[in-house]
Amino acid sequence: MKIDISKYASGVAALAIASGLAVNAASAETLTVYTAVEAEDLAKYAAAFNAHHPDIEIKWVRDSTGIVTAKLLAEKDNPQADVVWGLAGTSLILLKGEGMLEPYAPKGVKDLDAKFVDSATPPSWVGMDAWVASVCVNIPEAEAAGLPMPASWKDLTKPVYKGHVIMPNPASSGTGFLDVSSWLQMFGEEGGWSYMDGLHDNIARYTHSGSKPCKLAAAGEIPIGVSFAFRGAKSKAAGAPLEIIVPSEGVGWDMEAAAIVKGTDAMGAAQKLMDFIVTKEANEMYNAGYAVVAYPGVAKPVEHFPEGLVDAMIDNDFDFAAKNRKSILAEWQKRYDSKSEAK
Amino acid sequence: MTDAALTPGATSGPRARFDSEAWVMRGGIAIAGIFLIVAVILPLYAMLSKSFEDKDGAFVGLTNYATYFDTPSLSYSISNSLTVSIVATVIVISLAFAYAYAITRTCMPFKGFFRLVALVPILAPSLLPGISFIYMFGKKGFMRDLLLGEPIYGFIGIVLGSSFWTFPHALLIMITALSLSDARLYEAAEALRASRLRTFFTVTLPGAKYGVISAIFVVFTLVITDFGVPKVIGGQYSVLATDIYKQVIGQQNFQMGAVVSVMLLIPAVLAFGVDRLVQRRQVALLSARAVPYEPKPARGRDIGALVFCTVMAGMLLLVLGVAAYASLVKFWPYNLELGLTHYNFEIMDGGGWGAWFNSMKLAALTALIGTTMIFTVAYLVEKGQGARFGRVVIQAMAMVPLAVPGMVLGLAYIFFFNNPSNPLNGIYATLAILVLSTVAHFYTVAHLTAVTALKQIDGEFESVSSSLKVPFWITFRRVTVPVCQPALFSMAVYLFMNAMTTVSAVVFLYSPDTNLASVAVMNMDDAGDIAPAAAMAMMIVYTNLTVVLIYGVVSRVVEKRTQAWRRR
Repeated sequence: MKIDISKYASGVAALAIASGLAVNAASAETLTVYTAVEAEDLAKYAAAFNAHHPDIEIKWVRDSTGIVTAKLLAEKDNPQADVVWGLAGTSLILLKGEGMLEPYAPKGVKDLDAKFVDSATPPSWVGMDAWVASVCVNIPEAEAAGLPMPASWKDLTKPVYKGHVIMPNPASSGTGFLDVSSWLQMFGEEGGWSYMDGLHDNIARYTHSGSKPCKLAAAGEIPIGVSFAFRGAKSKAAGAPLEIIVPSEGVGWDMEAAAIVKGTDAMGAAQKLMDFIVTKEANEMYNAGYAVVAYPGVAKPVEHFPEGLVDAMIDNDFDFAAKNRKSILAEWQKRYDSKSEAK
Repeated sequence: MTDAALTPGATSGPRARFDSEAWVMRGGIAIAGIFLIVAVILPLYAMLSKSFEDKDGAFVGLTNYATYFDTPSLSYSISNSLTVSIVATVIVISLAFAYAYAITRTCMPFKGFFRLVALVPILAPSLLPGISFIYMFGKKGFMRDLLLGEPIYGFIGIVLGSSFWTFPHALLIMITALSLSDARLYEAAEALRASRLRTFFTVTLPGAKYGVISAIFVVFTLVITDFGVPKVIGGQYSVLATDIYKQVIGQQNFQMGAVVSVMLLIPAVLAFGVDRLVQRRQVALLSARAVPYEPKPARGRDIGALVFCTVMAGMLLLVLGVAAYASLVKFWPYNLELGLTHYNFEIMDGGGWGAWFNSMKLAALTALIGTTMIFTVAYLVEKGQGARFGRVVIQAMAMVPLAVPGMVLGLAYIFFFNNPSNPLNGIYATLAILVLSTVAHFYTVAHLTAVTALKQIDGEFESVSSSLKVPFWITFRRVTVPVCQPALFSMAVYLFMNAMTTVSAVVFLYSPDTNLASVAVMNMDDAGDIAPAAAMAMMIVYTNLTVVLIYGVVSRVVEKRTQAWRRR
């Protein structure tokens, strides 16, 4: 057998050209959508939208809240995203401040709870649902380590929990940031930081993602994971021996929200997506995992959700959170970053 | 006409015909040079200059470096990186030496089997041992008691994981080093009644010295530049490779990423340079009169070797087996039923099954284009006529990628190709840039394989064909390529497997259209979906295993046809 290298080469060239063409010959319209929504829900979200608009293809770019936010900020001069669908409200307020969002009033936006819509007209962003902090405790692991069930945030600073708690890094995780921002709001600036100093002593490590602490608790890798309620409920449904705790002081929360990125070259499609995002149907979809959604009267109780969660949600000052996000994170990194996972 | 001025020898031979041929040759050499400059040198230059710039691109001198050393959480990583690399190197070198010794210098049975098993880690991404260790030594790990209560996350995990995946790399060098030995030295030692131990220290070790030194630098460089192990199991123990990622992806601080890259580049380049210096001093150990050493049976030693190799091979297989098993367990550790649920990648981070297909595409293209390209360049350097200066420069540039960590190359590619004023900007975020970066990343080893194979071919072929007025490209096609077919196959397999497993360079370069299996492993682990990460890692292992098996069969068949001349 003789292999002719020139035949190789032409074959390779043909392949390379073909694969290049395949990329260029994308379907009618493609929207690049940045998101921090849980990966397992993305296909569902896209399918629901495509049921109405089969001609618009959604290309997801998913990462944790902090990463997506940093990416958007870094791309400010040369935006790659057309739409943001499912990013922390705090981040969108921040992006609005940077002049990076395209104001647009989606059809039907007036039906939403006003708390969930940017107050400007037309609004720069619209909310979808609220995601709420919770603590996931692995019951057999906590028992094995002789840990009492924590009831409050303050409990977690007790020496007995040393090395048994994992929480997300607020710089990368939206869940981590809403925890930190809620502690600063509930305990005050000074009290908040001294609380975190105490908590830091008990933290085994900070994770990159906000779901990971609960998934680690679900797998028994750590007894206590500071995470969010939806994640805990999902793991519980999958058979994890979890107790989802609502700390007595109240829990931080943030909303997931959506916006059009200024400079998109697919404005028509982006507006169609925004119109869909505020529909009752879309809100029913969010309700599968989130107890509180933007469309009034839609929310039904979510299975495995802890009781009293909605009442425990603090009166969140989003402007405070958005305005101080950068300095809070800088302070946090200065104090605690040595315990973080890579990223 | 600078070319001609530099190459006085190029004008020999029957002039009229040779001229056009010489120009084709020079053209080829020029293209090869441009390729390496674009794929390696310019990106590195872009990266270096970025480390001296602020966010807006203004030159700020050493300001970024000052910030780096003023930030303890960053500069600690230097000593962390050095510590894990040194400890892992000592462990791997000792174990690999003993294992290689057992294979080459004892009469233990099943040598072939042990040799094969030891290469298993090459099939897997370096993320895999980290994932397996969570199941073995994590809080719910079935072997956690072995760590005496120490957590696996951090120093211990990085050292163990690095030892696992670098073991075969050290072993291959050691086996080669220990295979070359002169039996007459041992006979002399015996005649002089030197003890076993003394013989070991005065004959065996000095004989293998250069192999050991080379292995030390290879392992050290692999560990310090590796990203996969510390990413998964490093916990809070930060090292340089993960810091680059943290700065670039986590905080989008590209300038600091460039500074950390330089910090990582320094030890890698130093290790590379020292190794080259040492190797230059190596003299031929095997004279023409040397008699190959044949081990004689010695019961105690052989049994010891067998036990040691069994334990080692068992551990290597265990790590792989744990990942395979964990990917099938429904909900570790609470529901141990087996099933394929974790292979449903569509509901996970990382791009689903499409990522695996992309990886296959990347690996196939890297193997095809890389082998073609690298072999042709090696041919021009080795067998080319004229343009001597150009060929020396290309040879030097071809060695550079070995000293450049993948993370550094990836970041360098962002700086160079994601620049709107770069005419090649169009390949950014496509499969093409992934192929280019992967070819560049693994260039050197493939290049050396090609050069070694080409050196075996007598230069007479070129002389004879040129006197028969056959242009070089016909000799290349009719003689060189068929004769070098074994080397071409092994280059292709090497490139394919590395393209499947690598994370470090591509982690900065993949886009939503070009998700990769190895990157998906990392992203799923990041999101806490460890079992699906194990499943995707196993898909990479199965793919590579299939390719190796096909390679084994095909190369045997082809070798029978094209390599008959090697036999009598």
